[in-house]
Amino acid sequence: MHDTTDGPRTAVELQGVVKRFGDRSGTEVTAVDNLDLTIADGEFFSLLGPSGCGKTTTLRMIAGLELPTAGSIRIHGEEMGLRPPNKRPVNTVFQNYALFPHMTVAKNIGFGLEMRKVPAGERAELIDWAIQLVEMGSMAHRKPGQLSGGQQQRVALARALVNRPEVLLLDEPLGALDLKLRQQMQHELKSLQREVGITFVYVTHDQEEAVTMSDRIGVMHDGRLLQVDTPEAIYERPTTRFVADFIGQSNFLAATVASADEVVLANGQRLRLSSDRPTGEAVAVTVRPERLTVHRRGEAPAGLHHLEGRVETVTYLGNAIVYGVGIDWMHLEVRCPATLAVDRRDVGDEVTVSFEPRHAAVVTG
Amino acid sequence: MSVAAPPDEAQGVDGPSEVATPGLERQSERAKARQGFLLGLPAILYLLVFFVIPLGIVVAYSFATRTRSGRTELRDWNLNAYARLGDDIVLTVAWRSLWVAALTTVICILLAYPLAYFISTRSAVTRNLLLVGIMIPFWSNFLIRTYAWRVLLDSDGLVTQMVQATGLSDGRILFTTNAVILGLVYGYLPFMVLPLYAAIERIDWSLVEGARDLYANGWGAFRRVVWPLSKPGVVAGSILVFVPSFGAYVTPAILGGNKEGLLGSYIVLQFLSARNGPVGSAVSVVVLGVMLLGTLLYFRSGGKNL
Repeated sequence: MHDTTDGPRTAVELQGVVKRFGDRSGTEVTAVDNLDLTIADGEFFSLLGPSGCGKTTTLRMIAGLELPTAGSIRIHGEEMGLRPPNKRPVNTVFQNYALFPHMTVAKNIGFGLEMRKVPAGERAELIDWAIQLVEMGSMAHRKPGQLSGGQQQRVALARALVNRPEVLLLDEPLGALDLKLRQQMQHELKSLQREVGITFVYVTHDQEEAVTMSDRIGVMHDGRLLQVDTPEAIYERPTTRFVADFIGQSNFLAATVASADEVVLANGQRLRLSSDRPTGEAVAVTVRPERLTVHRRGEAPAGLHHLEGRVETVTYLGNAIVYGVGIDWMHLEVRCPATLAVDRRDVGDEVTVSFEPRHAAVVTG
Repeated sequence: MSVAAPPDEAQGVDGPSEVATPGLERQSERAKARQGFLLGLPAILYLLVFFVIPLGIVVAYSFATRTRSGRTELRDWNLNAYARLGDDIVLTVAWRSLWVAALTTVICILLAYPLAYFISTRSAVTRNLLLVGIMIPFWSNFLIRTYAWRVLLDSDGLVTQMVQATGLSDGRILFTTNAVILGLVYGYLPFMVLPLYAAIERIDWSLVEGARDLYANGWGAFRRVVWPLSKPGVVAGSILVFVPSFGAYVTPAILGGNKEGLLGSYIVLQFLSARNGPVGSAVSVVVLGVMLLGTLLYFRSGGKNL
């Protein structure tokens, strides 16, 4: 039943998945629109997007908590169809943890095993393993109400992992934690995933979290999957303006596609940049602030793309300096490593901003 | 206090403020307690005059002496009335009352739980409409509604005719214990529905999803998650139904006839017909004690579980 082709096995496969919610007045909202996605076995995959983009709905459809309006969801090659959640080889870590308040930590963790009628002896061993895994050994007999947020989070994780699911679904599991704990848990989650070797499908709206932990990221917006790629590729080569804007900060220069390897900026300047967009389409050239460099006017090295402008703002950030540079038709942000004061540009300086062609991407819109 | 505050800001709204000391703290706390007491005073007085004092009279009567003419005299304090509680007739009546109240409670749980579950899973608008629907019966008098049942259950009443039409029974329910239970369930069902609704509505639905995700089927999720978490509602509803059913007077009097008496009518009988104030009072005190015990148990279990 599993695919026999070479390469990594497929853990989750979504084909043409659509989810519409209707309300009583008859208006329908398309939460997920014709989604195709393949997640490899053992992968740490993140679904990233702003709230309301359909990422949680997608996760819930994989879990079986929501049924798709149309499309196919396969887990390890097996069609899930209308299967209820209890018959799917996945477990979920819920956003609010959904720990049973009337059961102890150990009972919570053992719940899935108990429901699957795992014999008591084996159950106790597995519970023990899971409790050790998340380092909650001393809390086994506490109730969830007596635990801190971070501890509840660990219990929720153990409760899901103890069942050794083929795929673990995580719905913004770190959302309720404070920054420091969140960063610590990011590392723990990642190493835990390597340790148990289970496919993680991770839903988050936090781009930094997704970039830090994931093998691949799928960026969602308005129910559509815009781009699926490694964190680096998403950051360096975004294909849409939304993705470039959502992941980190970026500059956008309005442009038109002139040919397969040339665009014309709004001021008429031509740049050699390749894109797969059709000629004549309005696009934007996007460059990350840290990929731009400022030079005294005329001192920029050849071989780079140049834009001429005037420094409008200088912001000192300790480890970096951010220049706001006005070029005659728009404003750019340039982020440089902090340099000695003598090498700094001042407000009003005429400068040339340069960047390597490979650091710019042509995006739609 | 090295920084001098402007004179008019140094004073609080409640008068001149001073540096806080333990004495002042206690003084202010006492003032607050006094305020609370004054606010509650009218209600406290009302309860004292119309509840505490009459209750005291009942308790006193239960230890008093009954003269040969049937008068109750507050002298020669004794336990004779309580000795009478061991009589067969009292035990039979008490046992029957207990049974009727228990059965009423169980039937109410069985009817109310699915209804409360249904209501609490509706949309907010439907939910409120249904809750108002549950409370509509309270808009007419309990006595009148009980008499309505008497009409329905009469030998040519609607219910009797319908039962007869099925051919299963002769439909004679009126003036039986079954009629009493029917009337009690009818009267007290809302008192079961409302706390159950409150308890079920409060349950976080993601817990059910969590259970389903952890391989529980629908029944498993109910048995292991919804039911235990709604238990406070079950207990509260049971107290609210059991306690008044146990001492019910009106419903048995109207629908039960005189054949199979319950505690309520037995107490009335002692006061009005047998003119035995001490025994009537003693039974009342014991019934009250049983109810109090049940309520205490409820608060105990409620306080510990949630």
